[in-house]
Amino acid sequence: MQILLFGITKDIVGQSQLTLPEGETVGNVSQLKTWLCKQYPEFNNLSSLAIAVNSEYADDDTLIDSQSEVALIPPVSGG
Amino acid sequence: MLIKIIDHIDIQEAYKYLNNDGAGAVNVFLGTVRDNSKGKKVRQLAFEAYEPMALKEMQKVAEAAAERWPLLAIAIIHVTGTKKPGEAVVLTGVSSAHRDASFEACRFLIDELKRTVPIWKKEFYEDESVWVNAHP
Repeated sequence: MQILLFGITKDIVGQSQLTLPEGETVGNVSQLKTWLCKQYPEFNNLSSLAIAVNSEYADDDTLIDSQSEVALIPPVSGG
Repeated sequence: MLIKIIDHIDIQEAYKYLNNDGAGAVNVFLGTVRDNSKGKKVRQLAFEAYEPMALKEMQKVAEAAAERWPLLAIAIIHVTGTKKPGEAVVLTGVSSAHRDASFEACRFLIDELKRTVPIWKKEFYEDESVWVNAHP
């Protein structure tokens, strides 16, 4: 599963994409958030962290698999 | 609907798109780079978008406005890349038969864009740079 990073999440991780390590399984958005916050504790300091699955805002129980396009959406600040 | 993410905003293009013989009102909002933020001098802003999703969300915002007000045309344009003070970074615009709908809808478009569209802004000051809204 490829995870696209934008804004401050890209700066925190130091790259524009993340790949889930072999053997690591996350079945839904909530599990992904738990994994991410463990790997990158700085995510806990953000005002919010939304997840998009296939370019739509996703809920905690949205299912994800290896085919999903997942993106981290830190607080938006367009305009 | 004119929905775009580009390098540079062409106001004439948007105005031509919005204006219409049935329109009694054309309302355009332009967001520009301010040279200061919270008392600090801003040198430039950098905008980044998750483009496929941002375009979809801009479309949703435009559709929501079209449901609420009797609009003749809608434009939402946002830039990406680096912009200096004074440059335009976002345009929302509508046309309608009467002015009330166009004022209200134009404001709705920019307010909703700022709330939902996945675009991020980094402010560059003299001594540091910060992603806007990232921290509480």
